[in-house]
Amino acid sequence: MALPAAISGLKAKDGLQLGMSVARLFASAASQIKVEVMPYKVHRIEAPSNIVGTNVPELMSFYKLMYKLRRMEIAADMMYKAKFIRGFCHLYDGQEAVLTGIEAAITLEDSIITSYRDHCQHITRGGSVMELMAELMGKSEGSTRGLGGSMHIYNRKTNFYGGNGIVGAQIPLGAGIALAHKYRGEPNVCITMYGDGAANQGQKYEALNMAGLWNLPVIFVCENNHYGMGTAEWRAAKSPNFYTRGDYIPGIKVDGMDVLAVKHAVAFAKAYALANGPIIMEMDTYRYHGHSMSDPGSTYRTRDEINAMRTERDPIERVKKLLLSNGVEAGELKRVDKDVKKEVDDAVEAAKAGTIPPDSWLWKNMYVAPLGGEMRGVLPGQYHAPDFDPEYKS
Amino acid sequence: MQSAIFQRRPRLQRLILPVSDNLTAALSSLSSSTRVQADQNNTLATEPLPGFKRLNLCNAVNDALGTALDTNYRAYVFGEDVSFGGVFRCTVGLLERFGKERVFNTPLSEQGIVGFGIGLAAMGHTAVAEIQFADYIFPAFDQLVNEAAKYRYRSGGSFHCGGLTVRAPYGAVGHGGHYHSQSPEAFFTHVPGIKVVMPSSPAEAKGLLLASIRDPNPVVFFEPKMLYRTAVEDVPEGDYTLPLGVARLVMEGSDVTLVGWGQQVLVLQQAAAQLEKADGISCEVVDLRTLSPWDSEMVCASVSKTGRLVVAHEAPLTGGFGAEVAATVAERCFTRLESPPVRCCGADTPFPLILEPVYLPGVARVMEAVRGVVNY
Repeated sequence: MALPAAISGLKAKDGLQLGMSVARLFASAASQIKVEVMPYKVHRIEAPSNIVGTNVPELMSFYKLMYKLRRMEIAADMMYKAKFIRGFCHLYDGQEAVLTGIEAAITLEDSIITSYRDHCQHITRGGSVMELMAELMGKSEGSTRGLGGSMHIYNRKTNFYGGNGIVGAQIPLGAGIALAHKYRGEPNVCITMYGDGAANQGQKYEALNMAGLWNLPVIFVCENNHYGMGTAEWRAAKSPNFYTRGDYIPGIKVDGMDVLAVKHAVAFAKAYALANGPIIMEMDTYRYHGHSMSDPGSTYRTRDEINAMRTERDPIERVKKLLLSNGVEAGELKRVDKDVKKEVDDAVEAAKAGTIPPDSWLWKNMYVAPLGGEMRGVLPGQYHAPDFDPEYKS
Repeated sequence: MQSAIFQRRPRLQRLILPVSDNLTAALSSLSSSTRVQADQNNTLATEPLPGFKRLNLCNAVNDALGTALDTNYRAYVFGEDVSFGGVFRCTVGLLERFGKERVFNTPLSEQGIVGFGIGLAAMGHTAVAEIQFADYIFPAFDQLVNEAAKYRYRSGGSFHCGGLTVRAPYGAVGHGGHYHSQSPEAFFTHVPGIKVVMPSSPAEAKGLLLASIRDPNPVVFFEPKMLYRTAVEDVPEGDYTLPLGVARLVMEGSDVTLVGWGQQVLVLQQAAAQLEKADGISCEVVDLRTLSPWDSEMVCASVSKTGRLVVAHEAPLTGGFGAEVAATVAERCFTRLESPPVRCCGADTPFPLILEPVYLPGVARVMEAVRGVVNY
């Protein structure tokens, strides 16, 4: 049968997470459920139909993935408060449907580039929770060997270009990546993700212009969680209709808390981008945490608003309701929950036991020269771990 | 308290004698007793002096901004998230006091913020723009270098944007990583036409910020973010300014001159205290305060006295401002030097994440550098 052969073919690819690819196979095999999602708002393009076909195995895979992402971010929150993770930590919980839907509609050959809210992309692009937690804790077992931290997660094999700290800086990069795909004749797009705050950066418009001029296969995804750190979107943008801000570039506005709506729209956008050129997608989503762990998230929005989002529009609850109404037992979901929790807890424990990168890695990877090579202006011998005076508190 | 106008004294005399100008003397002596508190529960033993208030650095900045807006009805404070108080709470309460026409949020566009500020300043108004972290100042770099710095020059004096002050928190904070810890002062000192000012304590911050805002030249003001909460000092109440372009003598000594600015001054003070105790080396610590233009007279006079120089800063070694100080001292004080001027700086790498203690010129590294020049 085609299915086992295809699965064994997939298993040949080492180290990649098979979840999403297998889900796509299942999608065609099992019985179809038709779900009506919120109609898409469009700009200079015809809206795709808002009836989405899915099935129970696909929904289960979505549920499992989103729940894993949610638990992982909550674990990161707890580790931050326990001071295992320090520095800047920007959490993605509440926005899981956006990424899950995107990944369901594309392959690992397509590229993704995003901002600093990048923990979940590591998982969907084939990484493990342990590598991510280790990276957050700055251990050398982490995905970036402990040298990048929360904001700089990358995966070369699965075309994940990070993980970028400076707001909006990744947008022109996304256009460039798309050009490379087109030049090489690959049927791949570059998903360039940014937020509503970054939508006001000048470099975004420079990238849009270039992408439009050269018909680059880039999908600009604006994750509109309505707050640019502490500033509400209507205070920062004259036109908060981010899907129209591309002017001559078509746009679609999607309910970003509904994974099926996202998946359907991204599949449509990918077909459009490969045929015609750039397209902007605005995902109407929400983040439950503040901008980062140093931001309580309540000085510029009310707790009522956050709670309303959690009860009415939570992405995981929506998929759960769909599953329960389509014959899945509540007990099975509970089992999935337990497995995911265990996986995340084990990963956290394994990450805690990791090792700190050695000092000599300070000057690694600056230039092409190998480890320990010459460093501009300074001899490595001049730098060594000093003996700290115990009285001096750094 | 009236605005203090600093009387310029003969340089050598100013250095050798204790500075006797009232306000500067009071601030100098207080700054040497700045308590750095990591523990909020540990309060200073004494009461604040009359006419002084015990503030940390972010409150001192807040005080200065409030005073600036109070005394100049054409002054504005704007930047990302300043309305609710800012990410470091430096602009808390300003919106309530002065209204949303004068204290407002901008969208997330640094280039736009500074360019817009230059335009406001060109009309003669006072624009105090906040860049959220100094690491994000680079989109605005073109505006500062090509527009703000050259406006007076290229218009032959017809126009200028002297009312512009750009404030940005800079410096290592322990866990900032690549993009929340940079010290970009060297990029701006290289540009003639703007001034670069960096305070090292709350009282300094208030006086220098008020002076920068009122200075008729565009100023880039870097605030040491590590000291926002941890540095607490008695800050004079009311309106006062500290002179720009004048360095501060933090500690007198006879064996070596340590030059630093911003949060590095604290590290130098701690190193000097330990060197005194452990090695008997008497260090003279100088806080440059203004990097562009910097007080080369004072530093050269000091090095002429001690014969040795160590400059320390967090920014990377090559091309950092320490190179400028060292080169000037080597040129002007050559015959008085007992050892070559030494720079003890951050490593020539991007600011690291977990390897920050290896990168920074902490107390131990500064002490080693001093021992090196003393035993030359």
